Amino acid sequence: MQTKARTLPLSKRGMSFETVMWLFTRLTALAMYGFIFIGIVGAFVMGAQNDMSFVEVLRWALMPNTGHVTYTNVPEISPYASMFWKSVASLFFLTAAGHGVHGVVVILDDYFAKPSQRKWIRFWNISIVAVIIPIGIYVIWMG
Amino acid sequence: MSDRNVSLSSALKYKGQGPYLTYILHRIGGAMMAIFITTHVLATFTEMQGWQIGDVINDIYISPPFQIVFMFGVLFHLINGMRITILDLFPQQLIPYHRQAILIEWIIFILVYGFAVVTTITTAIGRMS
Repeated sequence: MQTKARTLPLSKRGMSFETVMWLFTRLTALAMYGFIFIGIVGAFVMGAQNDMSFVEVLRWALMPNTGHVTYTNVPEISPYASMFWKSVASLFFLTAAGHGVHGVVVILDDYFAKPSQRKWIRFWNISIVAVIIPIGIYVIWMG
Repeated sequence: MSDRNVSLSSALKYKGQGPYLTYILHRIGGAMMAIFITTHVLATFTEMQGWQIGDVINDIYISPPFQIVFMFGVLFHLINGMRITILDLFPQQLIPYHRQAILIEWIIFILVYGFAVVTTITTAIGRMS
């Protein structure tokens, strides 16, 4: 069954915080699809078709970190540990963190309606991400 | 701002069909990933410091049963998110066909997830021999 599209152009909707974050969620999702694509192509360029299974390529593409290659049959992991891949992984991680923290807040907002609850949800989510980001970057570069 | 006025039991009985199922699975997959990434980063960090707890947690995460369950959430979130983004990019042209888009999404998901499950199992068996 077809339904009529109910759309409102941005000019009429206005750029409120909600609209900006709606756009941010879509743009970060697109960026992450780009990182996954780079990961898959890069893996095949480095010979993954001979040394990795489908699920191992998928795991690498979802976070191109050397730790995700150590359990595979890749004989030499140094190409997977280059500055390029650490940079891609860091950018991917930062994008995912931004996308994720907003997503978790949106989900929890639907179940906690009181302003005080929502304030604590924001406080704890942002605090956890503020701690996890430097640790994650450390793991990517030092792992 | 009002309090939530729908009980959990009423929410679970809601017959929203395909679109609601994708909506709720998208949220479950997203929440799974948020918890997983946070704990995986912490586990890897503690493993690097030589603490056993990180090693134990990451051994669970690399195990095939965990991977098969987790892959469901990740791949569904990824493929459903792609549908949402594509429909939102061309709302006038594509949103009238959102149910057809959901059908296509499920076909793609079943193919990719099925292949991921099969290769997870075959890879685990291959590593044992």
